Amino acid sequence: MLRIACPWCGVRDESEFRYRGDASKSRPSADAGLKAFNAYVYERDNPKGWHLEWWLHVGGCRKLLTVLRHTLTHEIRWVGGASDQPPEELR
Amino acid sequence: MQGPARIAEGMLTDASRRIEFCFDGRRMRGLTGDTLASALLANGTWLIGRSFKYHRPRGILTCGPEEPCALVDVLGARGREPNRLATTLALHEGLVAESQNRWPSLKFDLLAVNDLLGRFLPAGFYYKTFMAPSWAWEKLYEPLIRRAAGLGRLESVVPAHTDPAETVHDHADVLVVGAGAAGLAAAHALGSSAARVILAEQDVALGGGTLLDTRWSAWREAMTLKVLRQRTVHCLTGTTVLGAYGHGVFAALETLSADESATFGGLRERLRIIRARQVVLATGALERLIAFPGNDRPGVMLAGAALSYLRRYGVAVGRRPLFFVNTDEAYQGAFALCAAGVRSTIVDVRPASLAAERARALGLEVHSGAVVHQALGRQRVHAVAVARLEGRERRKLAADCLLISGGYSPLTSLASQLGANLTWQDSLAAFTPELPAASGQVAGAARGVYGLAAAARDGAAVASEVLHALGRARLPADASQDLPPDADTTPITAVWEIGGRGKGFVDLQNDVTASDVRLACREGYEDVEHMKRFTTHAMATDQGRIGSLLGSAVLARARGVTLAAVGQPRPRPYAQPVPLAALAGAEVRAHYRPKRQLPLHEWHATHGARFVPTGLWLRPLVYSQAAGWEPVLQEARAVRGGVGLTDVSTLGKIDVQGPDAAQFLDFIYANLISTLAIGRARYGIMLREDGMVFDDGTVARLAATHFVLTTTTANSVAALEHLEFHVQSSGAHLDVLVSDVADQWAQFAVAGPRARELVSQLVAGLDLSNQAFPFMAGACATLAGIPGRIFRISFSGELAYELAVPAAHAPALWSALLAAGAPLGLRVYGLDALNTLRIEKGHVTTAELNGSTSADDLGLGRMLKPHGDFIGRTLSRREGLTAPERLQLVGVRPLERSGRLRNGLQLIARAGCGASLGYVTSSTPSTELAGWVGLALLSGGRQRMGEQLTAVSPLHEERTEVQVVSPCMLDCENLRVRA
Repeated sequence: MLRIACPWCGVRDESEFRYRGDASKSRPSADAGLKAFNAYVYERDNPKGWHLEWWLHVGGCRKLLTVLRHTLTHEIRWVGGASDQPPEELR
Repeated sequence: MQGPARIAEGMLTDASRRIEFCFDGRRMRGLTGDTLASALLANGTWLIGRSFKYHRPRGILTCGPEEPCALVDVLGARGREPNRLATTLALHEGLVAESQNRWPSLKFDLLAVNDLLGRFLPAGFYYKTFMAPSWAWEKLYEPLIRRAAGLGRLESVVPAHTDPAETVHDHADVLVVGAGAAGLAAAHALGSSAARVILAEQDVALGGGTLLDTRWSAWREAMTLKVLRQRTVHCLTGTTVLGAYGHGVFAALETLSADESATFGGLRERLRIIRARQVVLATGALERLIAFPGNDRPGVMLAGAALSYLRRYGVAVGRRPLFFVNTDEAYQGAFALCAAGVRSTIVDVRPASLAAERARALGLEVHSGAVVHQALGRQRVHAVAVARLEGRERRKLAADCLLISGGYSPLTSLASQLGANLTWQDSLAAFTPELPAASGQVAGAARGVYGLAAAARDGAAVASEVLHALGRARLPADASQDLPPDADTTPITAVWEIGGRGKGFVDLQNDVTASDVRLACREGYEDVEHMKRFTTHAMATDQGRIGSLLGSAVLARARGVTLAAVGQPRPRPYAQPVPLAALAGAEVRAHYRPKRQLPLHEWHATHGARFVPTGLWLRPLVYSQAAGWEPVLQEARAVRGGVGLTDVSTLGKIDVQGPDAAQFLDFIYANLISTLAIGRARYGIMLREDGMVFDDGTVARLAATHFVLTTTTANSVAALEHLEFHVQSSGAHLDVLVSDVADQWAQFAVAGPRARELVSQLVAGLDLSNQAFPFMAGACATLAGIPGRIFRISFSGELAYELAVPAAHAPALWSALLAAGAPLGLRVYGLDALNTLRIEKGHVTTAELNGSTSADDLGLGRMLKPHGDFIGRTLSRREGLTAPERLQLVGVRPLERSGRLRNGLQLIARAGCGASLGYVTSSTPSTELAGWVGLALLSGGRQRMGEQLTAVSPLHEERTEVQVVSPCMLDCENLRVRA
């Protein structure tokens, strides 16, 4: 079970959070076209390694968090707010 | 009589307290402190069960939770409990146990014929043989095989009562798993630095290996006392750590002793979820089996188990034991038995060893440089065939039990689950684990540090590393510790398999032989995990703790590679069988999941409501206990003909405020929201980004910067998360706040031609006339003296208002409405009537918003705004989502007005093939139209108006001829809502 250090609430169990997907994807602009939106909605990398993810703290502050998690070891090395980016050296 | 084999005083047994129990109908006696296994052995009972596949007689192999064979059914207050381990099951007065997997009796089992047919039943036999015809697997083969194979049987009767159960959440700096020499020393060292420690020991007593060595009694007693007195150390005995789940989370099962159980109202197990910053794995090492023909016979046991039975329970496992060993450590049992007056014969693979010299000095017969190549006897070992490694000398030695030790394997299951690297150690002939430092440390025999003194020192040293990882000061090395010295030993000579005629088992629980492993290899299942799945090696309750490495060794030889290259299968949770009841804890029956109750739940309940769970909500379905549609239709007709009142507080309610609120909602909703005038409401639909309809509801604008939304009940949680996600990500640049107000507001719908007559009596200072407050108007208002909100919106298709007040005022408004409505014939209606009313009008709910319908499918395509971005805009324009053959929303009515509809009916052409053209999503008897009406999703539905189709349910063997009509089947001009 993941334990996620919410910047607002402290370390909490995974069961308090809702996974909201790949945080490295950003929504294309309105006129980006079908291909760009298709990629945004359907195309996902499946990395073995560090992965930037959205987690919504539904069982706590309801803030959206950005979490840098290792898909192999589940290690979480960085947690930030929705608009934060992890330091370049961690990625 | 405490049993003929009880030759000494056991450390755990109380000779003054005798217990009567029953095994397979035979009454026997044991002592308080016994396990079922020790009591059976004390009574000279070796035959305990029949094996999984071949139905071979099996006995007791071990003295602990790693036992693969001695599984029994226990008949007690919980009914029949299968697969209890005799080796850990505490004996209690009146215990009734039965052997498993035998028919008609344990001694005479007809299916033992499988054993003779064994050469025709190799691994993978079932997969290959029972292939055709395909229907026969489920109907014929599987039930037969399941009857023949297997362990215990579950009782199919669900007990009426629920046993007490509880789940405890523990937090600690360090979890120490195992309280042997290493674990005790580590816990003590950590406790002296005031670290918060949980010490979990699966055994009923602390001490581990020190319990078996009399030289260590003083150390153990002193150390146990010190640890128990440490205020920050929490000692748990009878507690098995079941699995490691990463991030310092562990699950453990605490089995309460009989006395504790009585204290806690019959609670037998306690599930503990432990969260720890660091872990110390001091789980020790387990003795291994050696494969040779007959190595599964009753009377075969691991050498260490013989020592345990003697020390712990005072039971000699035999009068003429024969040991087959390859380490000095394994001689301990022979020495202890010798001191108790039982002389053993020892067969040692090694040509010479220090322990062999000691044994000979004691006068024991030692055959060095020899191996056992067969155990003789069927229901009990009576002799052993021994061969010298050099030369051809073979002889048969009489023995009543055969005590095997193939060396020791550190218990690595928890470490593996934590991602440990396993390293092959030639000197130990074992894999040793190393944990990532962030998780913790492995200590003592669990990492190949053998010898009690060495383990104790290792435990203390590891504690120091753990303290460092916690950011605390390391401990000074304590060299002064006065520990009983470890004896010098001659190293192990690895031995895995002694070939010969007959089955040599690598996994006793699943009846996997060395030949099965070789067959797996020949068939191409060379990887150890593939071999495991092909042969079922190292599966089930013991997770292959005894034979896992042995199987790998046989595979390594078959592949011609080193054992290090093969590795061993990864043991998975749980470490021991766990009752599902313990996992469920208190979350059963009424507590299975939380219930959300309406603010007026009590009123609904006392007024005859039948409730239906929708999501977590309990909603009134109909206010009658009578079955059938009549009560529903009465409620619905009251709305159509007069006025009705219903509680719609379960709707999701979201408050959106801020200067950019309108802009945000334009992005969230597919239709335009920003043009909504203050004091007006609008129907809105949200799409998912893939273009499918996500949810619908109303949006009311109370002020330029203040909107109130409703969502469907079913989607309320998801819709809220959807908004919260977008307001914090793609809408983060906007100045807007989203608040969930679902629980804060109660909301009631008043519907029917006389709704205005009723509502106007309760609203002060607001002109409700059609001109002043038209359809889709919304305003803040005082309702029965309560500040609230009023919206003229309608789900029923009638003139209707929805009134919202803070939840605490719900009873006051409800009572006022009932009182004012009584002279008008007001009727309260439930979810079923609500559904009837909306189906007649073609309004959609989750039955139609099923995640695979587009706005166009639902006839809402024109709502999508042509300009400006919104979620789902681009992908909703994919041509496939507006293709004419897609399933589109239509209404259906039976041609024969007496015909009935039901949800899920498939629509097919009246003539020709029976391919489904669509299906009925919602159906109801109508209030005003004759017969039933339904909504359906029908391929090219809008082009089929007036067509006649057949609605079929093969499941119910029903056929109804139907006509396709517009989804809005009543008041198609929408005159009533505007009245």
